[in-house]
Amino acid sequence: MRLARVIGPVWGARHAAGLDGRKVLELETASGGRVAAVDALGAGPGEWVLVAHGSRVRDLTVGAEVADKDIVIAIVDDGQADGGPLGQTARGGR
Amino acid sequence: MILGRVVGELWATRRHAGLDGQKLLIVKPHCWYCPPFDVAHLIAIDRLGAGVGEDVIVCLGEPARRSIDDEAEQTAAGGAAAAPGYQGAAFYPVEAAVMAIVDNVDGIELP
Repeated sequence: MRLARVIGPVWGARHAAGLDGRKVLELETASGGRVAAVDALGAGPGEWVLVAHGSRVRDLTVGAEVADKDIVIAIVDDGQADGGPLGQTARGGR
Repeated sequence: MILGRVVGELWATRRHAGLDGQKLLIVKPHCWYCPPFDVAHLIAIDRLGAGVGEDVIVCLGEPARRSIDDEAEQTAAGGAAAAPGYQGAAFYPVEAAVMAIVDNVDGIELP
């Protein structure tokens, strides 16, 4: 599981049937990488979220038919890391 | 499994039901490892009570999920209310869990 910040939604008119009706978000991970994850919780741009990866996680959260293995499993309220606020540390990378 | 240090904690209200009651820790890996994605920090659930600054061993993938499964099954079998949406074995949408709190390490220097 990793921490990421929501960049914004991603749309595609032509998409796999497994993505019908699903909200896909573009996320920036704490180390600066980008990932597109399915969101069933309603995260908005700028929010920090917890992303889990894998088919089992997908099956247990949004359903086995979904064509994405990165899933938003929690929207972060608050946190602290390295003795400071979450955002700063997360952007600090390695 | 990887060795890392707990650098922080997370709180989330809006979350999947499988994360209810789980403590979430931010763990920074000490040693190089090869994740399927690029990460600086891992988020792992913790049932052992690790605190910030402690070194822990984090298990990744399916075994992490199974490690917390027994307790869930007991809850379900014991008549107590199972978590909403409980679906049986390996219910938790989790892929990293704290397996051990490290007392001492020989062989490598930790910062």
